[in-house]
Amino acid sequence: MRPRIGVVTFPGSLDDRDALRAVTCMGGDGVPVWHADTALPDVDAVILPGGFSYGDHLRTGAIARFAPIMDAVREFTAAGRPVVGICNGFQILCEAGLLPGALIRNRSLRFVCRVVSVRVESASSVLTAGLDPGEVLQAPIKHGEGQFVASADELSGIEDEGLVTLRYCAPDGTIDDAHNPNGATNAIAGLRNERGNVVGLMPHPEHAVDPDVGPTGGQPLFASLLERAG
Amino acid sequence: MKFDVLVDVSLQRGLLDPQGKAIEDALPTMGWTNVSNVRVGKSFQFVVEAETEADALRVAEDMGHRLLANPVIEDFRVVAVHPAARVTIEDAP
Repeated sequence: MRPRIGVVTFPGSLDDRDALRAVTCMGGDGVPVWHADTALPDVDAVILPGGFSYGDHLRTGAIARFAPIMDAVREFTAAGRPVVGICNGFQILCEAGLLPGALIRNRSLRFVCRVVSVRVESASSVLTAGLDPGEVLQAPIKHGEGQFVASADELSGIEDEGLVTLRYCAPDGTIDDAHNPNGATNAIAGLRNERGNVVGLMPHPEHAVDPDVGPTGGQPLFASLLERAG
Repeated sequence: MKFDVLVDVSLQRGLLDPQGKAIEDALPTMGWTNVSNVRVGKSFQFVVEAETEADALRVAEDMGHRLLANPVIEDFRVVAVHPAARVTIEDAP
Protein backbone atom coordinates (compact mmCIF):
# COMPACT_ATOMS: atom_id res chain seq x y z
CA MET A 1 0.00 0.00 0.00
CA ARG A 2 1.21 3.51 -0.79
CA PRO A 3 1.96 5.43 2.41
CA ARG A 4 -0.25 8.47 2.97
CA ILE A 5 1.67 11.62 3.87
CA GLY A 6 -0.27 14.63 5.15
CA VAL A 7 1.04 18.08 4.23
CA VAL A 8 -0.28 20.97 6.34
CA THR A 9 -1.11 24.24 4.60
CA PHE A 10 -0.94 27.29 6.87
CA PRO A 11 -1.76 30.81 5.68
CA GLY A 12 1.53 31.78 4.03
CA SER A 13 2.81 28.25 3.37
CA LEU A 14 4.62 28.14 0.02
CA ASP A 15 6.08 24.68 -0.41
CA ASP A 16 3.02 22.62 0.44
CA ARG A 17 2.31 21.79 -3.22
CA ASP A 18 5.94 20.85 -3.92
CA ALA A 19 5.90 18.61 -0.84
CA LEU A 20 2.71 16.90 -2.04
CA ARG A 21 4.23 16.46 -5.49
CA ALA A 22 7.49 15.09 -4.08
CA VAL A 23 5.54 12.51 -2.06
CA THR A 24 3.75 11.41 -5.22
CA CYS A 25 7.01 11.33 -7.24
CA MET A 26 8.55 9.08 -4.59
CA GLY A 27 5.65 6.62 -4.57
CA GLY A 28 3.42 7.85 -1.76
CA ASP A 29 0.05 9.57 -1.63
CA GLY A 30 0.13 13.23 -0.65
CA VAL A 31 -2.84 14.27 1.48
CA PRO A 32 -3.52 18.02 1.83
CA VAL A 33 -4.27 19.07 5.43
CA TRP A 34 -5.79 22.46 6.34
CA HIS A 35 -4.43 24.48 9.27
CA ALA A 36 -7.91 25.25 10.63
CA ASP A 37 -8.91 21.59 10.91
CA THR A 38 -8.80 20.11 14.38
CA ALA A 39 -8.14 16.50 13.37
CA LEU A 40 -5.66 14.88 11.02
CA PRO A 41 -7.03 12.71 8.21
CA ASP A 42 -5.93 9.07 8.08
CA VAL A 43 -2.21 9.59 7.35
CA ASP A 44 1.01 7.72 8.10
CA ALA A 45 3.20 10.81 8.46
CA VAL A 46 2.86 14.60 8.50
CA ILE A 47 4.98 17.26 6.80
CA LEU A 48 4.99 20.88 7.96
CA PRO A 49 6.15 22.62 4.77
CA GLY A 50 8.25 25.70 4.10
CA GLY A 51 7.02 29.21 3.55
CA PHE A 52 6.19 32.21 5.68
CA SER A 53 3.27 31.08 7.82
CA TYR A 54 1.33 34.04 9.22
CA GLY A 55 3.81 36.37 7.51
CA ASP A 56 6.55 35.38 10.00
CA HIS A 57 4.96 37.89 12.39
CA LEU A 58 6.32 38.02 15.94
CA ARG A 59 8.89 35.29 15.15
CA THR A 60 9.10 32.65 12.44
CA GLY A 61 6.69 29.86 13.33
CA ALA A 62 5.50 31.64 16.50
CA ILE A 63 1.87 31.99 15.43
CA ALA A 64 1.58 28.74 13.47
CA ARG A 65 2.17 26.72 16.60
CA PHE A 66 -1.26 27.91 17.83
CA ALA A 67 -3.07 26.80 14.65
CA PRO A 68 -5.99 24.46 15.42
CA ILE A 69 -4.32 21.54 13.58
CA MET A 70 -1.22 21.73 15.82
CA ASP A 71 -2.93 20.01 18.77
CA ALA A 72 -3.55 17.03 16.51
CA VAL A 73 0.06 17.18 15.23
CA ARG A 74 1.28 17.22 18.84
CA GLU A 75 -0.79 14.12 19.66
CA PHE A 76 0.49 12.45 16.49
CA THR A 77 4.12 13.03 17.55
CA ALA A 78 3.37 11.87 21.10
CA ALA A 79 2.13 8.59 19.60
CA GLY A 80 5.54 8.18 17.95
CA ARG A 81 4.28 8.87 14.43
CA PRO A 82 6.59 10.62 11.94
CA VAL A 83 6.48 14.41 11.62
CA VAL A 84 8.92 16.32 9.41
CA GLY A 85 9.26 20.11 9.43
CA ILE A 86 11.00 21.68 6.46
CA CYS A 87 12.37 25.24 6.73
CA ASN A 88 9.38 27.16 8.16
CA GLY A 89 8.13 23.77 9.35
CA PHE A 90 11.41 23.36 11.30
CA GLN A 91 10.91 26.82 12.81
CA ILE A 92 7.36 25.85 13.82
CA LEU A 93 8.56 22.61 15.48
CA CYS A 94 11.12 24.58 17.52
CA GLU A 95 8.56 27.20 18.54
CA ALA A 96 6.14 24.43 19.49
CA GLY A 97 8.80 22.90 21.73
CA LEU A 98 8.76 19.65 19.74
CA LEU A 99 12.44 20.19 18.88
CA PRO A 100 15.08 21.99 20.98
CA GLY A 101 16.67 25.31 20.06
CA ALA A 102 15.54 28.10 17.78
CA LEU A 103 16.26 29.57 14.35
CA ILE A 104 17.27 33.20 14.13
CA ARG A 105 18.34 35.66 11.41
CA ASN A 106 21.19 34.44 9.19
CA ARG A 107 24.52 35.71 10.43
CA SER A 108 25.04 37.54 7.11
CA LEU A 109 21.61 39.22 7.47
CA ARG A 110 21.04 38.12 3.86
CA PHE A 111 18.36 35.83 2.52
CA VAL A 112 20.24 32.81 1.14
CA CYS A 113 18.90 30.91 -1.85
CA ARG A 114 21.17 28.25 -3.33
CA VAL A 115 22.02 24.58 -3.44
CA VAL A 116 24.07 23.39 -0.47
CA SER A 117 25.71 20.15 0.60
CA VAL A 118 24.71 18.50 3.84
CA ARG A 119 26.29 15.53 5.59
CA VAL A 120 24.18 12.85 7.20
CA GLU A 121 25.12 12.69 10.90
CA SER A 122 22.58 10.28 12.31
CA ALA A 123 20.54 7.49 10.78
CA SER A 124 18.29 7.34 13.85
CA SER A 125 15.46 9.39 12.43
CA VAL A 126 12.48 8.74 10.19
CA LEU A 127 14.05 10.94 7.53
CA THR A 128 17.58 9.54 7.53
CA ALA A 129 16.99 5.91 8.52
CA GLY A 130 17.92 4.62 5.08
CA LEU A 131 21.18 6.55 4.88
CA ASP A 132 24.70 6.10 6.17
CA PRO A 133 26.30 8.69 8.43
CA GLY A 134 28.90 10.55 6.38
CA GLU A 135 26.84 10.45 3.21
CA VAL A 136 26.65 13.86 1.48
CA LEU A 137 23.42 15.13 -0.12
CA GLN A 138 22.69 18.17 -2.24
CA ALA A 139 19.51 20.18 -1.76
CA PRO A 140 18.49 23.83 -2.00
CA ILE A 141 18.09 26.20 0.92
CA LYS A 142 16.09 29.44 0.75
CA HIS A 143 15.72 31.29 4.02
CA GLY A 144 16.50 34.49 5.88
CA GLU A 145 16.23 32.96 9.32
CA GLY A 146 18.00 29.64 9.38
CA GLN A 147 20.77 30.17 11.90
CA PHE A 148 20.25 27.42 14.45
CA VAL A 149 21.00 28.42 18.04
CA ALA A 150 20.46 26.80 21.42
CA SER A 151 21.55 27.42 24.98
CA ALA A 152 24.86 25.85 26.01
CA ASP A 153 23.04 23.17 28.04
CA GLU A 154 20.65 22.32 25.22
CA LEU A 155 23.48 22.22 22.73
CA SER A 156 25.55 19.76 24.73
CA GLY A 157 22.40 17.63 25.14
CA ILE A 158 21.82 17.75 21.39
CA GLU A 159 25.40 16.71 20.60
CA ASP A 160 25.72 14.12 23.41
CA GLU A 161 22.53 12.36 22.35
CA GLY A 162 23.39 12.54 18.64
CA LEU A 163 20.27 14.51 17.74
CA VAL A 164 21.90 16.28 14.79
CA THR A 165 20.71 14.60 11.59
CA LEU A 166 22.34 16.87 9.00
CA ARG A 167 25.21 19.38 8.97
CA TYR A 168 26.15 21.88 6.29
CA CYS A 169 29.39 20.80 4.64
CA ALA A 170 31.65 21.14 1.61
CA PRO A 171 30.78 18.87 -1.36
CA ASP A 172 33.40 16.40 -0.08
CA GLY A 173 31.81 16.28 3.37
CA THR A 174 34.28 18.56 5.17
CA ILE A 175 32.67 20.85 7.70
CA ASP A 176 34.04 24.38 7.71
CA ASP A 177 32.85 27.94 8.12
CA ALA A 178 32.98 28.65 4.38
CA HIS A 179 30.23 26.09 3.79
CA ASN A 180 27.98 27.20 6.61
CA PRO A 181 25.42 29.35 4.76
CA ASN A 182 23.72 30.97 7.75
CA GLY A 183 26.10 30.77 10.69
CA ALA A 184 24.24 27.85 12.27
CA THR A 185 25.78 26.65 15.54
CA ASN A 186 27.90 23.54 14.89
CA ALA A 187 26.74 23.79 11.23
CA ILE A 188 23.43 22.22 12.25
CA ALA A 189 21.10 21.91 9.26
CA GLY A 190 18.74 19.27 10.62
CA LEU A 191 17.71 17.92 13.99
CA ARG A 192 15.65 15.09 15.44
CA ASN A 193 13.96 14.47 18.78
CA GLU A 194 15.09 11.67 21.12
CA ARG A 195 12.67 9.15 19.61
CA GLY A 196 13.66 10.10 16.07
CA ASN A 197 10.06 10.47 14.91
CA VAL A 198 10.19 14.28 14.76
CA VAL A 199 12.70 15.83 12.38
CA GLY A 200 13.31 19.42 11.34
CA LEU A 201 15.62 20.63 8.60
CA MET A 202 16.35 23.88 6.78
CA PRO A 203 17.27 22.38 3.35
CA HIS A 204 14.35 21.54 1.07
CA PRO A 205 14.21 17.84 0.13
CA GLU A 206 10.87 18.44 -1.60
CA HIS A 207 12.65 20.64 -4.19
CA ALA A 208 15.29 17.96 -4.75
CA VAL A 209 13.55 14.83 -6.01
CA ASP A 210 13.27 15.55 -9.74
CA PRO A 211 16.55 15.32 -11.72
CA ASP A 212 15.01 17.54 -14.44
CA VAL A 213 15.00 20.56 -12.17
CA GLY A 214 18.04 20.26 -9.93
CA PRO A 215 19.84 18.11 -7.39
CA THR A 216 18.26 14.92 -6.07
CA GLY A 217 19.40 14.92 -2.45
CA GLY A 218 15.77 14.81 -1.39
CA GLN A 219 15.15 11.37 -2.91
CA PRO A 220 16.81 9.22 -0.23
CA LEU A 221 15.23 11.36 2.51
CA PHE A 222 11.72 10.91 1.10
CA ALA A 223 12.41 7.24 0.43
CA SER A 224 13.35 6.83 4.10
CA LEU A 225 10.27 8.71 5.29
CA LEU A 226 7.92 6.71 3.04
CA GLU A 227 9.43 3.43 4.18
CA ARG A 228 9.17 4.38 7.84
CA ALA A 229 5.65 5.75 7.42
CA GLY A 230 4.26 2.79 5.49
CA MET B 1 -10.13 49.20 34.62
CA LYS B 2 -7.77 49.59 31.69
CA PHE B 3 -4.00 49.63 31.90
CA ASP B 4 -1.45 50.68 29.29
CA VAL B 5 1.35 48.14 29.18
CA LEU B 6 4.77 48.26 27.56
CA VAL B 7 6.88 45.10 27.17
CA ASP B 8 10.39 44.98 25.72
CA VAL B 9 11.84 41.83 24.17
CA SER B 10 15.54 41.50 23.37
CA LEU B 11 17.89 38.77 22.18
CA GLN B 12 19.74 37.16 25.06
CA ARG B 13 23.11 38.73 25.84
CA GLY B 14 25.10 35.66 24.89
CA LEU B 15 23.69 35.59 21.37
CA LEU B 16 25.21 37.51 18.50
CA ASP B 17 22.63 40.03 17.29
CA PRO B 18 23.24 40.32 13.53
CA GLN B 19 20.99 43.38 13.16
CA GLY B 20 22.69 45.17 16.04
CA LYS B 21 26.07 44.30 14.54
CA ALA B 22 25.08 45.72 11.14
CA ILE B 23 23.92 48.96 12.73
CA GLU B 24 27.06 49.15 14.88
CA ASP B 25 29.24 48.69 11.80
CA ALA B 26 27.47 51.63 10.11
CA LEU B 27 27.93 54.01 13.03
CA PRO B 28 31.56 55.09 12.40
CA THR B 29 30.73 56.10 8.83
CA MET B 30 28.34 58.67 10.30
CA GLY B 31 30.82 59.92 12.82
CA TRP B 32 29.75 57.96 15.91
CA THR B 33 33.02 56.27 16.79
CA ASN B 34 32.25 56.07 20.51
CA VAL B 35 29.18 53.79 20.39
CA SER B 36 29.22 50.02 20.91
CA ASN B 37 27.09 47.08 22.07
CA VAL B 38 24.13 47.89 19.83
CA ARG B 39 21.26 45.45 20.41
CA VAL B 40 17.99 45.44 18.49
CA GLY B 41 14.80 44.34 20.22
CA LYS B 42 11.06 44.58 19.97
CA SER B 43 8.62 46.70 21.88
CA PHE B 44 4.99 45.71 22.49
CA GLN B 45 2.31 48.16 23.58
CA PHE B 46 -1.14 46.98 24.55
CA VAL B 47 -4.07 47.65 26.84
CA VAL B 48 -5.08 45.16 29.55
CA GLU B 49 -8.45 45.25 31.25
CA ALA B 50 -7.97 44.08 34.84
CA GLU B 51 -9.08 44.76 38.40
CA THR B 52 -5.73 45.97 39.67
CA GLU B 53 -2.32 46.98 38.39
CA ALA B 54 -0.87 43.76 39.84
CA ASP B 55 -3.39 41.71 37.83
CA ALA B 56 -2.44 43.60 34.66
CA LEU B 57 1.23 42.96 35.39
CA ARG B 58 0.54 39.23 35.79
CA VAL B 59 -1.18 39.15 32.39
CA ALA B 60 1.76 40.96 30.78
CA GLU B 61 4.30 38.61 32.35
CA ASP B 62 2.30 35.57 31.29
CA MET B 63 2.17 36.91 27.73
CA GLY B 64 5.91 37.56 27.83
CA HIS B 65 6.65 34.00 28.97
CA ARG B 66 4.30 32.17 26.66
CA LEU B 67 4.10 34.26 23.50
CA LEU B 68 5.98 37.54 23.15
CA ALA B 69 9.44 36.09 23.84
CA ASN B 70 10.97 32.77 22.90
CA PRO B 71 12.79 31.78 26.11
CA VAL B 72 15.42 29.90 24.11
CA ILE B 73 16.76 33.07 22.53
CA GLU B 74 15.06 36.09 24.06
CA ASP B 75 14.50 37.90 27.36
CA PHE B 76 11.52 40.13 28.07
CA ARG B 77 10.89 42.92 30.52
CA VAL B 78 7.61 44.55 31.47
CA VAL B 79 8.73 48.16 31.24
CA ALA B 80 5.56 49.91 32.32
CA VAL B 81 2.03 49.23 33.56
CA HIS B 82 -0.09 52.27 34.33
CA PRO B 83 -3.74 53.27 34.17
CA ALA B 84 -4.71 53.89 30.55
CA ALA B 85 -4.85 57.46 29.38
CA ARG B 86 -8.41 58.68 29.15
CA VAL B 87 -8.02 59.69 25.50
CA THR B 88 -7.05 56.85 23.18
CA ILE B 89 -6.39 56.80 19.48
CA GLU B 90 -9.82 55.22 18.91
CA ASP B 91 -11.47 58.19 20.63
CA ALA B 92 -9.84 60.70 18.31
CA PRO B 93 -12.21 62.42 15.90
